[in-house]
Amino acid sequence: MTTYSFRLYVAGNSERSHAAEVNLRFLCDAHLSGMYEVEVVDTVARPELAEEGRILATPTVVRLTPPPQRRVIGDLSDHGRAAIALGLPAADASPMEGQ
Amino acid sequence: MTGSNTIERIPTGISGFEHVTLGGLPAGRSTLVSGTTGSGKTLFAVEFLSRGIMRFNESGVFVTFEETSTDIRRNAASLGFPVQLWEDEGKWAFVEASASIGEDTPAVGAYDFGALVARIEHAVRQTGARRVALDSLNAIFTQFTDSGIVRHELFRIASALNALGVTSVLTAERPEEYDGVTRYGVEPFVLDNVIILRNVLRQGRRTRTVEIVKFRGAQHRTGEWLFTIDPRDGIVVVPLAFLTPSDHASLARVSSGIPELDEMCGGGFYRDAIVLITGPTGAGKTMASLRFAAAAVEAGERCLLCTFDGTPGQLFRSAASWGLDLKAMQAAGLLRVMCGYAEVMSPEDHFLQLRNAIEEFAPGRLVIDTLSALERVAAPRTLLDFIIALTAVLRQREITTLLTGTPAGRFNSANAPLITSDVAALADVWIQLRYVTGPVEIQRAIAVLQARGSAHDHSIRQFRIDRTGMHIGEPLTSAPHGFTEAISPGGAWESPESEVTEGPSG
Repeated sequence: MTTYSFRLYVAGNSERSHAAEVNLRFLCDAHLSGMYEVEVVDTVARPELAEEGRILATPTVVRLTPPPQRRVIGDLSDHGRAAIALGLPAADASPMEGQ
Repeated sequence: MTGSNTIERIPTGISGFEHVTLGGLPAGRSTLVSGTTGSGKTLFAVEFLSRGIMRFNESGVFVTFEETSTDIRRNAASLGFPVQLWEDEGKWAFVEASASIGEDTPAVGAYDFGALVARIEHAVRQTGARRVALDSLNAIFTQFTDSGIVRHELFRIASALNALGVTSVLTAERPEEYDGVTRYGVEPFVLDNVIILRNVLRQGRRTRTVEIVKFRGAQHRTGEWLFTIDPRDGIVVVPLAFLTPSDHASLARVSSGIPELDEMCGGGFYRDAIVLITGPTGAGKTMASLRFAAAAVEAGERCLLCTFDGTPGQLFRSAASWGLDLKAMQAAGLLRVMCGYAEVMSPEDHFLQLRNAIEEFAPGRLVIDTLSALERVAAPRTLLDFIIALTAVLRQREITTLLTGTPAGRFNSANAPLITSDVAALADVWIQLRYVTGPVEIQRAIAVLQARGSAHDHSIRQFRIDRTGMHIGEPLTSAPHGFTEAISPGGAWESPESEVTEGPSG
């Protein structure tokens, strides 16, 4: 079974950062039955990692595996669109909208 | 609101730019530099940082939204800016924010530019930068489709830059000249300071100008100022009309190379004089110019001889027919000849080439024969600016200068004659050559119409040219045709008889 790994770039401990992480984990739980890894990078604390990843906008989610790499910006509040943009497999049950 | 003189300035180091801005960009603030494609925005940004490092030892951060850092490094290197070296030395850092080709990042939900701000702050801290350039903002609008968010976030970036205390240049593209400040309406967030670069066609010539639209609370010059992009010096704002009044005038005299003319001028020209000789084609202007150059060489002075109309061969041949050996003068290292047609470049570039030659050769005298050739490539206002800028350089160095001109441009005589009284007003000495109709023949006549600070001869004298030079004779006794109209109305150059003036060549 494919393991999905994501890196989530956020800027500081803001509400938007928090929302993005919650939404990402929610989507992964729903679509990937827990088979995933999420690494959260705070660009304020680690700007060199943002530089390396050439990140401009926060939040930005990068799907590292499986290839191809995908990027989505925003807090992922629209779960349907976020799942498609991240290329997640269809969920067992329709997830609820919102956080 | 801050008072008009309290805003600190940061000199850009861009040639001539401090004159227009009256000291440089407002320090610790953001300035928007807006222009159409190819107007020189990126170069401005690159130079702002490069000059900062070279002249003021101030580090810089370049945030690129459009070109890759590789492109910028390469283009900067072609102007002699070793960006790579500065990066290694920790004086220059790139924040690469250009979109990867083919990469389309979908947006789902709200976002901001927190990561970009963090990266810029990081780079500024790493290098200790005092200067930041963002080039160009438009590219970010194409990367991120929600222009409302982008505008808001750009405001945030500008605030972050101000908070860091750095002086920044943000470039933005305008869709066309003379219409709004930028595309996408990015101006409101940095509207405090706005500069517009233009690249327009005027009279069939590419003309670049820079205009300070506003510097909040800070003085600056208004209007459009010509600039050029010099392969050696980058952006050069031609310092037109920035005449620094000379605090002393030379009392030393130099010879014109024609003893009788020296006498007419009260004992030769002052060393710092600008001399204008006008006259129709063939009247003897080139002859007088060459005598003037020869007099420099005889006195052991260097002379720069510039002609915008012809080839060195023709010039050397004419000189030889008057007994002047230009080749020998060149060989002695006392003469440098710059020949070329006026059309090969813009007046700004001619100016720079001349200025560079003056700096390099350090002549005691300069000859330009003739200014009228430049009329073919320059609007009257531009040509006047050219002369003003040049005289500023010349007076500063006390270079005795001889300029020649034809009464009216031969090619555009329908237009106003060449800047006429304007150039004469700038010149210290104005000598007019003319043809006059005698009882049985056409004669040449010379008059000194003006010689500042000297008692000069007011008569109109006959002269002739032969193999040994120019020989000025007795004053004309009867009122000749030709001179009277030319002199009386404040020195109009054109006279009804000007058609007669196409006489035998000298």
